[in-house]
Amino acid sequence: MSIARQVLNCSRFTCRSAHVTCRKTFTTSQHVMMSRHTHAKRIEGLDKNVWVAFTALAADPSVVNLGQGFPDIPPPSYVKEALAKAASVDRMNQYTRGFGHPSLVKALSQVYGKAYGRQIDPLKEILVTVGGYGSLFSAIQALVEEGDEVIIIEPFFDCYVPMVRMAGGKPVLIPLRLKSGKKTITSADWFLDPDELAGKFNSKTKAIIINTPNNPIGKFVPVFFLQVFTKDELQMIADLCIKHDTLCFSDEVYEWLVYRGHQHVKIATLPGMWDRTVTIGSAGKTFSVTGWKLGWSIGPEQLMKHLQTVMQNSLYTCPTPLQEAVAQGLLLNYELMDQPECYFTSLADELEGKRDRLADIVEEAGMTPVIPEGGYFMLVDVTALNQDLSHMDEDEAYDYKFVKWMIKEKKLAAIPVTAFVGEESTKDFEKYIRLCFIKQDSTLDAARSILKSWTKV
Amino acid sequence: MGIIRNIAASLVLLRQSSVKNNHKVIMSRRLHARRTDGVDKNVWVEFTQLAADYKAVNLGQGFPDFSPPQFIQEAFCKAINGGPQMHQYTRAFGHPPLVKSLAKFFSRIVVQDIDPLEDILVTVGAYQALFCAFQGLIDEGDEVIIIEPFFDCYQPMVVMAGGKAVYVPLRPREGSAILSSGDWVLSADELASKITPRTKAIVINTPNNPLGKVYKTEELQMIADLCIKHNLLCFSDEVYEWLTYDGAKHIKIASLPGMWERTVTVGSAGKTFSATGWKVGWAIGSGNIIKYMKTIHQNSVYHCATAAQEAVAHGFEREYELFGTPESYFQQLPTMLHHKRKKLASCLESVGLQPIMPEGGYFMVTDISSVKVDLNDLSTKDELYDFRFVKWLIKEKGLATIPVSAFYSPEHSKEFDKYIRFCFVKEDSTLDAAEAILRKWSQKE
Repeated sequence: MSIARQVLNCSRFTCRSAHVTCRKTFTTSQHVMMSRHTHAKRIEGLDKNVWVAFTALAADPSVVNLGQGFPDIPPPSYVKEALAKAASVDRMNQYTRGFGHPSLVKALSQVYGKAYGRQIDPLKEILVTVGGYGSLFSAIQALVEEGDEVIIIEPFFDCYVPMVRMAGGKPVLIPLRLKSGKKTITSADWFLDPDELAGKFNSKTKAIIINTPNNPIGKFVPVFFLQVFTKDELQMIADLCIKHDTLCFSDEVYEWLVYRGHQHVKIATLPGMWDRTVTIGSAGKTFSVTGWKLGWSIGPEQLMKHLQTVMQNSLYTCPTPLQEAVAQGLLLNYELMDQPECYFTSLADELEGKRDRLADIVEEAGMTPVIPEGGYFMLVDVTALNQDLSHMDEDEAYDYKFVKWMIKEKKLAAIPVTAFVGEESTKDFEKYIRLCFIKQDSTLDAARSILKSWTKV
Repeated sequence: MGIIRNIAASLVLLRQSSVKNNHKVIMSRRLHARRTDGVDKNVWVEFTQLAADYKAVNLGQGFPDFSPPQFIQEAFCKAINGGPQMHQYTRAFGHPPLVKSLAKFFSRIVVQDIDPLEDILVTVGAYQALFCAFQGLIDEGDEVIIIEPFFDCYQPMVVMAGGKAVYVPLRPREGSAILSSGDWVLSADELASKITPRTKAIVINTPNNPLGKVYKTEELQMIADLCIKHNLLCFSDEVYEWLTYDGAKHIKIASLPGMWERTVTVGSAGKTFSATGWKVGWAIGSGNIIKYMKTIHQNSVYHCATAAQEAVAHGFEREYELFGTPESYFQQLPTMLHHKRKKLASCLESVGLQPIMPEGGYFMVTDISSVKVDLNDLSTKDELYDFRFVKWLIKEKGLATIPVSAFYSPEHSKEFDKYIRFCFVKEDSTLDAAEAILRKWSQKE
């Protein structure tokens, strides 16, 4: 059963999940206590999480992991060196400025000032957070509440729906749809229907969340889709935001990973959008250091000050030496911007090669890849394999069953795409799995061997 | 809704309309969520800025100005160079080596089998552990008892969770001279009188910031009895747990009978290993309660940074082996701070100030009522006495401290506006500089 579906139905909390064993013995006093000490209502139905379940399954070292989205390639050495250097300075091991370490917000203001073509105030228009995730949380907590509707495009990075729910808001879903009749599919073949989108806006709509490049498709979709929204599509979204006076949360964590022939456009740069957009970025995705958990939000002061209030009352400040190291990394690449040595460019080049390699591997195995225009995920249509999974749990969507079976029987991990859509869209996405290709060539080769021997049987 | 909340809400609307005049009209309806009403002010932002502006000798904000111990810095370096997985996501609820070493270490102390996966949540500092506790367990209308003086974040966190803060002050004991934080006590009757059917939790902080009080077993037992009688949760902020002086013993309320299943104990690597900038903290408690905090964590930050967790894990492995021996950092740090505590206290006494000797922690509260100064700064005339005094001390004498009424509720702050807080986890040279300022000042009088 899809996580999103459970969340949307506000299912009651149960002890069952893939890896947590339920403590069945309770003393009488614990029983009495638990009936009194229920959890706060805000977390009702939000306890399930696809990553918790599938990370555990893929943790077996014999499994080739193309599931969770993190690199198994090393980060650039200068970034690690900058961290070691920062950690050796006394002051860098103590608290820094709550809303963002001064050298980091200044570096962000420089890099993004260039990207946005405007002056960005480092103190008032930037907030440093615990990953892009933390920025999403701060924005949603600051600006969404009971009675607000938030439009989310399916498939979506899975945290958007529970975060909106936790803030008391109501997620309103709209799926990307596939243009029919094509043989080779790219993420550009998934599109947003303008009329359908317009129909989702109403007087209660507080915000729309977009993710470009998208995860998973590689378009504007979360995790699954790696699609890059075109300027026309963004303008359509922008026009609706302005018409209905809504906010836009633009999750651009994969902003530098755009492949040949495509261009990342920041919706905040479109006319009328700066004042109503919070744009989110990630050091983890930018520098291949997901374990640093640093991200940022950029936007106008009248929005950012509320995110800062949330930050000040939730974790107050982010780790200092990590922020200093990211600042150094940004400054170094700022000097190299638009040159091939710039990490933002060189990583995209490297990943384009891996993208093409994985697409070949997938096609050889008789499956159909959705070639992403950006990001580091690839959607794969497994229909042609015609894998019989009738022996598995009836209640789960096909892709969930397929991935669990594939991990167990073939020792290859992926992520099921319906974890990122609502119940109504399950039938449209349950033949897709998501593969991550920011992996060593040896990992991709291991995946090839598995797929080769699989189709031979 | 209290008068103060009403005023705060009106001020927000006023501010919103002035913002509208300066920018395009965004959101003809309400922009920010109500949960951020009235929680935007912060004493640290104001006073850190002031101390920096006047280049004051800073005994204000609570962090060391010396380095973390070498063994932990080495552990961090080792983690940084430790292979690609050190720079990628780790387990969301806590890096496995860290939760294992925390479970091992603290199981021995509370004499309770702590399950590393069920009973521990690693967070971005103790601050985020507190946030997860309030968000996961406090609902609209729930009352939370806060013992004053309190670390300032508890109140806005209760408010943001929709709860109502109910305050009970520590009071100086009647009669005898108030020489120690141990002379500040909680009245059992006063505490009991604050409990209503809506009371959900009580927040305690031991050793206490700012007073330095280390709650004795009988004091904790009194609180525990009320928790059990009224079926309350207890959030116990124990970030300064290793810093006790003169034989005072830190007791974990979770180790008292009937308390494990209802207590969340919060700890901090930043305070434990003098590395506040690493922002690694944890909550330890019965899995039945921790699980709700995990849901908040997984929907807010999800993971904490990997390398720092790896380093802290090594720190606890080392301390497990050296516990109770002179090489243990948990012995060395309080010994070092004991000397600094004495140094600061004599310096304050020598200029006629009356410090309240803290039994624990790294702050010292001083009674300033005997000091006669002309606070003629008109810009502060509507503020409480201690706020005005601290600002005057920064601007006129170049010495930064923190006003203690910032740690009190609006209803009690006026009773406690004659105290200021000094932080002594500083290099001797910083303490010497403060001493020089104070001597010069007292000589002028």
